[in-house]
Amino acid sequence: MLSENNDLPVNDLVYGADNGDLFDLEIELLLDAVNRAYGYDFRNYSKAHLKRRIMHRLKMSSLATVTDLQKKLLWEKNFYRTFLQDLSINVTEMFRDPSFYKVLREKVIPVLSTYAHIKVWLAGCSTGEEVYSLAILLKEEGLLPRTRIYATDFNKNVLETAKQGIYKKQDMELYESNYNKSGGESNLSDYYTAKYGSVMFDKSLAKNVVFADHNLVTDGVFAEVNMVFCRNVLIYFDKILQNKVLNLFSDSLTNNGFLCLGTKESIRFTQLENSFSVIDKKNKIYKKGAVK
Amino acid sequence: MIRAIVIGASYGGMEAIQAILANLPENFKIPIFIVLHIGSNRIDAYLSTLNKKTFFTVKEAEEKEEFVAGTVYFAPPNYHLQVENYNSLSLSTDEKVNFSRPSIDVLFETASWVFQKELLGILLTGSNSDGALGMKSIHKFGGISIVEDPETAVAKAMPLSCIQLSKPDYILPLQQIAGKITELAIK
Ligand SMILES: C[S@@+](CC[C@H](N)C(=O)[O-])C[C@H]1O[C@@H](n2cnc3c(N)ncnc32)[C@H](O)[C@@H]1O
Repeated sequence: MLSENNDLPVNDLVYGADNGDLFDLEIELLLDAVNRAYGYDFRNYSKAHLKRRIMHRLKMSSLATVTDLQKKLLWEKNFYRTFLQDLSINVTEMFRDPSFYKVLREKVIPVLSTYAHIKVWLAGCSTGEEVYSLAILLKEEGLLPRTRIYATDFNKNVLETAKQGIYKKQDMELYESNYNKSGGESNLSDYYTAKYGSVMFDKSLAKNVVFADHNLVTDGVFAEVNMVFCRNVLIYFDKILQNKVLNLFSDSLTNNGFLCLGTKESIRFTQLENSFSVIDKKNKIYKKGAVK
Repeated sequence: MIRAIVIGASYGGMEAIQAILANLPENFKIPIFIVLHIGSNRIDAYLSTLNKKTFFTVKEAEEKEEFVAGTVYFAPPNYHLQVENYNSLSLSTDEKVNFSRPSIDVLFETASWVFQKELLGILLTGSNSDGALGMKSIHKFGGISIVEDPETAVAKAMPLSCIQLSKPDYILPLQQIAGKITELAIK
């Protein structure tokens, strides 16, 4: 049996001209199996993304075919966690896209400041770098004490890291530069303490943060909020799922609530194009409520 | 029949890509997807030059964009460009591949899975080895591959590592590549 051949050379997979369509079929079956066995529905994720991650797993585990992978996934429960990790891309940064945070300060914060209580849903928070970035920004604008942030992700491992707020020291140079470009006027190092190769962000930043497990595909509205942050998550979904999740955000937002997407994500060409107005086109900041 | 063309280039690629696109005929009916390792501060000017000097509409690919013939799509700096399905492209912020994002391998592989034998892949000058595995995948899925002759390449490493890893169908000097593409396109 091919799957028992551990000597299979990395990169030399069986897929090619003779069975390219079989590859697609096997992937469909695999996603069905995963959904039914584990309740995680990846069927409407980007196909290119899924194929790349599945290919990667085949190489790493020296499996020959997607069918071999399916068997291993169904029979080895622990292996499923590895696979989930493969599919959830957790690449993130503090103050990623500094110009976005700059515009957030200029165009959104003044509006939020007029509210007595502010609620933010940060969906797909990954390891939390974005959460601490937003908390720092809110603190500097004097809004942190009256803001509650719901930070959610469907990957429990990353949520654990996010709660701890401990990151690699070597990344701080980039984050410090992002922070400065984003309009920060202190030093990022004011917000953490460094020890050996790590830094730990002040616990006070996360005092009003609720970290929770939430799957955007299968779970419903999390809370009614004034702002939804969901950056670089929709990019992994196909058009159908993008529409579904955007509807979920729309249902979660108060009237005039803000929606912030990743730089390459957009509500253009989606069902919601007409129910939001554009606050900043380049930085993908929108406001619920049609253009008048 | 060729339904899509993918091109990858790195060091020296701006000139090489321009030389090819400027020599493709008007009414060229096949969409072209390109990964060029280029900084985000240079791409806008470069794309507007290409818009002036070629018959194509040249732009950065957008997330889940449906592609059309007569248009050339470049990967935006810092994003991988993927062929999503028969009609559309997608972007990704995954880890770098071969120290690159966008990576040529990512575009070539995802394109080979969708277009299989209806794909033409072209690998040009560059000083790393991105694209070699992608060209291998194109070959495995029955597509056609052209690699720039290392002799005419500004940087030889990329074409050389591709030639070592897989057997490209054609190894051609830069000046002959546009002609070969045109010839293959009308078959
Ligand atoms: C590329 S990261 C983006 C992190 C951060 N928002 C940023 O922009 O830097 C994508 C995150 O989305 C999460 N994710 C993917 N699918 C999800 C789903 N169905 N429900 C909730 N989170 C999901 C992944 O676990 C991952 O942490």
